Amino acid sequence: MVQETKTTEKTKETKSSDGHDNILEVKNLKQYFPITSGILLQRHVADVKAVDDISFTIRRGETLGLVGESGCGKSTTGRSILQLNSPTDGEVIFNGENIAGWNVNQMRPLRRQMQLIFQDPYSSLNPRMSAGSIIGEPLIVHGLTDSKNEYRERIAHLLENVGLNPFMADRYPHEFSGGQRQRIGIARAIAVNPSFIVCDEPVSALDVSIQAQVINLMEDLQEQYDLTYLFIAHDLSVVRHISDRIAVMYLGHIVEIADRVELYENPQHPYTKALLSAIPIPDPVLEATRDRIVLEGDVPSPSDPPVGCVFKTRCPSPSNQCTDAEDQMHLVEVSPEHWVDACCVNCG
Amino acid sequence: MAERLLEVNDLATYFFTADGVVKAVDGVTYHIDEGESVAIVGESGCGKSVSALSIMRLIASPPGRIVHGEVIFEGTDILKLSETEMRDVRGNDISMVFQEPMTSLNPVLTIGYQLTEALKLHMDLNHKEALARAGDLLEQVGIPDAHRRLKDYPHQFSGGMRQRVMIALAVSCNPRMIIADEPTTALDVTIQAQVLEVMRDMAKEYGTALVMITHNLGVVARYAERVIVMYAGKIIESGTANDVYTDPRHPYTLGLLKSVPRLDEKIPEKLEAIEGLPPLVIDLPDACAFAPRCKFAIDKCNEKMPELEEITPGHVSRCYVASELHELAKK
Repeated sequence: MVQETKTTEKTKETKSSDGHDNILEVKNLKQYFPITSGILLQRHVADVKAVDDISFTIRRGETLGLVGESGCGKSTTGRSILQLNSPTDGEVIFNGENIAGWNVNQMRPLRRQMQLIFQDPYSSLNPRMSAGSIIGEPLIVHGLTDSKNEYRERIAHLLENVGLNPFMADRYPHEFSGGQRQRIGIARAIAVNPSFIVCDEPVSALDVSIQAQVINLMEDLQEQYDLTYLFIAHDLSVVRHISDRIAVMYLGHIVEIADRVELYENPQHPYTKALLSAIPIPDPVLEATRDRIVLEGDVPSPSDPPVGCVFKTRCPSPSNQCTDAEDQMHLVEVSPEHWVDACCVNCG
Repeated sequence: MAERLLEVNDLATYFFTADGVVKAVDGVTYHIDEGESVAIVGESGCGKSVSALSIMRLIASPPGRIVHGEVIFEGTDILKLSETEMRDVRGNDISMVFQEPMTSLNPVLTIGYQLTEALKLHMDLNHKEALARAGDLLEQVGIPDAHRRLKDYPHQFSGGMRQRVMIALAVSCNPRMIIADEPTTALDVTIQAQVLEVMRDMAKEYGTALVMITHNLGVVARYAERVIVMYAGKIIESGTANDVYTDPRHPYTLGLLKSVPRLDEKIPEKLEAIEGLPPLVIDLPDACAFAPRCKFAIDKCNEKMPELEEITPGHVSRCYVASELHELAKK
């Protein structure tokens, strides 16, 4: 068995202003998608503001959970960090270097350090490639193996690491169950020994009993490979289990960010409270007595978001200030490491 | 006591494939009372959807066939009805809400057309009356500006809204029973709660029995009165929601409950996952299908499939160690 060689080029420590060792810093990231009209002359008529001015940091070795409803921009955030979309504005500082706007060629060596695990284990694996070649492809792309033998051993080792049998390398995706496919997706991501993985809803397509297996696997691998995760999900109970800190997103903005215990025990933003109260607890007695905050209405369209506080259309107690004010959304620190959107703090 | 509405006796649906006979549903017996809400829980491939489709006689044949059993709805065995008679049952007596709100509505017809179609067919309403009733229904399921939105097409609604339309469609002909097959799985958590709430309120209002099929025990805790747990084509535990959630008597149910992270409990170091995979339901031996994944399995489990046995009145489990399960789990 080949022992995984740790990446030798030790990345330089990046102590930033907040005194933490940050692997990633996102500053004022904006990701707009243009809406055009006309057939010949594609006039730019508006923007879908998928991600609108968000800032956060991820510390080396931690898991940051990113939660929100579909369409809130959480997946786009992940893709913009990986430069799969070119950000409209803002900085993405990975290991001390601003990579926002880098092209494919510039990014290729960095892809060894940042990987992605997808939500749908059915569409994210090429049905015409065997499990072995799916996992082995990144090794070839990055020139990480010298011989055929080493290549095979690495694949066998990776399969074992994610709890699959090495002889399964010759099977094709359709011969695996959903949970097993997700394991292949994970093996592919860790094949190049990355330091940072964006996990885009990795368990939401799986059965409950299999979800727990995959979450445990991801935690084990994090320890084994010193991984940092950005864990994107809409299920707060899963996010609470796996994350160290959690950021809550609404309509392209982060509305609250805090340590997982703090966020669950002391949520400040009404949206966080509503999300928490919507999570079912498997206990009929407890459920019967629980209060549920049901938000009225739908999420506004990100191509025409409300002016000022974007949450005011659904806020259970909007004040005059936020309905009139045209303040930009921004976070303020209410207690150490607990950041909440300013509008909500002013409302009380 | 409420009247018995539906009785499923020893129902078995097999699929005859090139690889062998898939016993998707294999001898399932349960009943639904009038106005009751029941959850059928299990993971993909356990036969929960097939058992519901069998009740509606919507199994694609070939390869599928209902090989034996009875489905007695209000005194008549609906498996013996002709296709024309069956059409009266569907929508009129029993209706269904499917998982995918994106694919179960016709994209080229307006919501109004799809709602009124069933109303005109089953309730003998004229166009104007049907439209008015359709608008009222949409209003009841919480769609703003309902009467105007009848002219809209499915793509103009969000996922949660479409599922509401599906619910309106399901209750439109005052059915006696609604079968909801994973009604909220494709939806966001916040919307899930809203949709289930609407569904329960509508069922209460019309006195309709509600059968919810799901893979997540948590989602239905608030809404189900009784819970039926299925595994590999068979019922392995059933009882009142209270019994099943607080005093599970089958290792699989216990495992399902433990493998979900809970908001009301401390964050554990590790989740207690159920190891292994559900079996393929082809050529299963006469043994407990869960035994290979079971922490409490004894020799007997691999020799013969245990029968469903009553533990307390109304609470049954298919497990040899059901009575000692709690002492064993503590160790």
